[in-house]
Amino acid sequence: MREFMTGAEAIARGAIHAGCDFFAGYPITPATPILLHMVRELPKVGGVAIQGEDEIASIGFCISAAMTGARAMTATSGPGISLYSENIGLAIMGEVPLVIVDCQRMGPATGGATTTAQGDIQFLRWGTSGGYPLIVLAPTCVQDCYSLTMQAFDLAERFRVPVLLATDKETVLASATVDTASLKKVPVRERKPAPEDWDFMPYRVEALEAIPTFSPFGGKHILRFTTSSHDEYGYLSKDPITVDRLNRHLAAKIDSHVDEIARLDLDAQEGADTLLISYGITARATKEALLAWRERGGKVSSATVISLWPVPEKALLEAMAGMKRILVAELNLGQYRREIERLARDDQEVVGIHRVDGDLIAPAQILERGGMR
Amino acid sequence: MSDQGLATYLNESMLPYPFCPGCGHGPILDQLNKALVELQLDPRKMVIVTDIGCCGLSDRFFNTNAFHGLHGRSVTYASGIKLANPDMKPIVLIGDGGCGIGGHHLINAARRNIGVTVLVFNNLNYGMTGGEHSVTTPMGGVTSTTRQGNLERPLDIASTVALNGASFVARTTSFDKQLSDLIVRAIRNEGFSLIDIWELCTSYYVPFNRFSRKSLETTMTELNLASGVLKDETRPEYSRTLQERAKERSGEPAMPPVPLEPSFSHALPRRMSFVFAGAAGTRVGTAASAFCRAAVLSGLWASMRQDYPVTVKKGHSVAVVILSTEEIFFTGIEAPDVVVILSPEGLKKAQTRLPSLGSEAVVYTHATLAPIEVPGRKMELDFSQAGKHAMRKEFWPIMAVGEVLRDLGILELDALCEALKMQPAYAEANLAAVEAGRGAARPG
Ligand SMILES: Cc1ncc(C[n+]2csc(CCOP(=O)(O)OP(=O)(O)O)c2C)c(N)n1
Ligand code: SF4
Ligand SMILES: [Mg+2]
Repeated sequence: MREFMTGAEAIARGAIHAGCDFFAGYPITPATPILLHMVRELPKVGGVAIQGEDEIASIGFCISAAMTGARAMTATSGPGISLYSENIGLAIMGEVPLVIVDCQRMGPATGGATTTAQGDIQFLRWGTSGGYPLIVLAPTCVQDCYSLTMQAFDLAERFRVPVLLATDKETVLASATVDTASLKKVPVRERKPAPEDWDFMPYRVEALEAIPTFSPFGGKHILRFTTSSHDEYGYLSKDPITVDRLNRHLAAKIDSHVDEIARLDLDAQEGADTLLISYGITARATKEALLAWRERGGKVSSATVISLWPVPEKALLEAMAGMKRILVAELNLGQYRREIERLARDDQEVVGIHRVDGDLIAPAQILERGGMR
Repeated sequence: MSDQGLATYLNESMLPYPFCPGCGHGPILDQLNKALVELQLDPRKMVIVTDIGCCGLSDRFFNTNAFHGLHGRSVTYASGIKLANPDMKPIVLIGDGGCGIGGHHLINAARRNIGVTVLVFNNLNYGMTGGEHSVTTPMGGVTSTTRQGNLERPLDIASTVALNGASFVARTTSFDKQLSDLIVRAIRNEGFSLIDIWELCTSYYVPFNRFSRKSLETTMTELNLASGVLKDETRPEYSRTLQERAKERSGEPAMPPVPLEPSFSHALPRRMSFVFAGAAGTRVGTAASAFCRAAVLSGLWASMRQDYPVTVKKGHSVAVVILSTEEIFFTGIEAPDVVVILSPEGLKKAQTRLPSLGSEAVVYTHATLAPIEVPGRKMELDFSQAGKHAMRKEFWPIMAVGEVLRDLGILELDALCEALKMQPAYAEANLAAVEAGRGAARPG
């Protein structure tokens, strides 16, 4: 079944499909359409959607609502994601399932409100204090907006961590044909509940990489949530062994499951010695460049990074193995190239293809850089 | 819980409190406990939400749900809990410092009258960080950051929220023997309640200012601030109202699929791109979107990008459409195959693209626009015969789309009509416009 929709609609529909029942956001281009869809649609499914007094309040509402059992989402762009920073840390610390949509627009600061960009991707990973991991997925098209939003909820609920959707102005506001019949619907995942007759320890994990069981505010247990380093009961702790275990757990619960989270879409060609790497909207230009490249008799492979964080290192290393030259195309001055460069061998040439004037990288630009024009 | 109910909500194993001797925080917590014992709230149906600061250490002494969040944001977390589950009773314990950095949230929670109870531990300075001045430090007050006396006028927290919609507001001190009664009333109130509780920070504000219990009262008098209950009224509580409003919509399908089953034929010779350039506010996007839906109804893939200024009713509105028999990846275009220009604003925007046009390109311009030079075929759109639609610019784009289809023959006109019918509210008017525009295009 084909439909025609904007990326914002696709995100809203993906969210509703994934059982989202709480949304709070503050108006900002280009994320506003998502807020509008959610305030209009969530009441129909018994959910709550509200415009917060600012971004800090909006993500604050989402965090505590999620701990009250809701499946929460918020959406913003550069200026707002900057204001989310401290609360993203809180969501990591409190192990809160939360989906955050960043509709990237050009920065720094107010930048270009209606101009597309991919300048937030390192900030999304490192933009809160402490440096602990979270998950960032990058939809390449409207169809991805739908499916990766469902995926984001699934991962957020499973790993109890904020999952960010690194999309962009262009993808969110533009409309495209979507083959909704071919979308694999992700079943709605429930958090692992705490046994009823149990001295509930909200932050108890058997192994470092395990996920604690859940009992919501208003449920059968007493729940303690805290921004501070804490023990298994959620009481502030300064005991070095307890704190060490907590921090290692926050890292291990993502790092130990990279193989289940990381995703790289590969289009490999036998005998190719050039690899095109891109993500998000730029992957669409890469796809067309790839087709033209091959049509002209060149041999080339491409890798589309779907999970920006965690970095799909294993798959990238495999994809890069036989390559002499790796072209990384992105709408910034080389942010993800850093990740590729650290994986590349000394004898591999890593070339950046950039654009920061507000327009998209065109297939022609990639072909030219690859010497195929 | 025994038949007599809970005798205390305090977690005895955690006591004593860690506060400095004489600090007002402990006595306030004792009064809160007394109030909770009187109210007999289910500890699982309430949440003690603490802010940051010495007062933020308080939640661990209670055998209840607890949420200890970021500095100044406690009211947002309390609100989120209430919004997600209106049966919950969140009680915020926040310092004067938290009320400063998060004052915005206090005011907005009060405006909403959301069912959150806020107890302000107002000791006129930041205790935890070393006695710096806060929004409530009196003028002249000596703090670590105002050695020569505070120059800033203190904020009247209680009156601020009272003025802005809070339904229960009181002011008192931690020495008030009736404080627990006030807390009971605050919690019983369905809407937003706040008690501004003045108290002593014995490590900083007291020694810096030779401040005392008596000074709390004299300062209040000097500032002309009343104590006791300042406001007690009944207003609808926000989370319940929101819930009731949602019920009016409940059961309506949320974003149901709008399938565009291929049911028309097309004659698209190859991948083609179209630029529709007109004036903002004239439904250029609506027309281009109908064009795309018509294409999808004809088994094609379509993509559409829009460009308009932030002030949506002035300036240009441009839609770029690509149609293809295959999936479209890159949505940018180098040289459009078809350009439709409907207004001077649109012309200004589309002009840059004209030199790149190939000899096969077709350009449609509105008859009133100055003639333009292009390599390919030129067509003029003259809507003057379109009756009542002639003067209504918001119909020009859809009339243009109809004429482009008639002229190029790439899609059936019926596909466009079908696409327009999918928006019932405007279907009749748009279908009439498509008909009224018939014959408007002629070689230019
Ligand atoms: C965003 C942020 N800025 C600064 C701090 C440091 N900080 C901790 S407590 C505090 C002031 C607390 O004062 P108050 O709210 O009056 O509580 P009290 O200690 O007096 O009880 C500050 C500024 C912080 N934790 N977070
Ligand atoms: S520093 Fe001040 S506020 Fe903190 S515990 Fe000591 S007296 Fe109380
Ligand atoms: Mg204080």
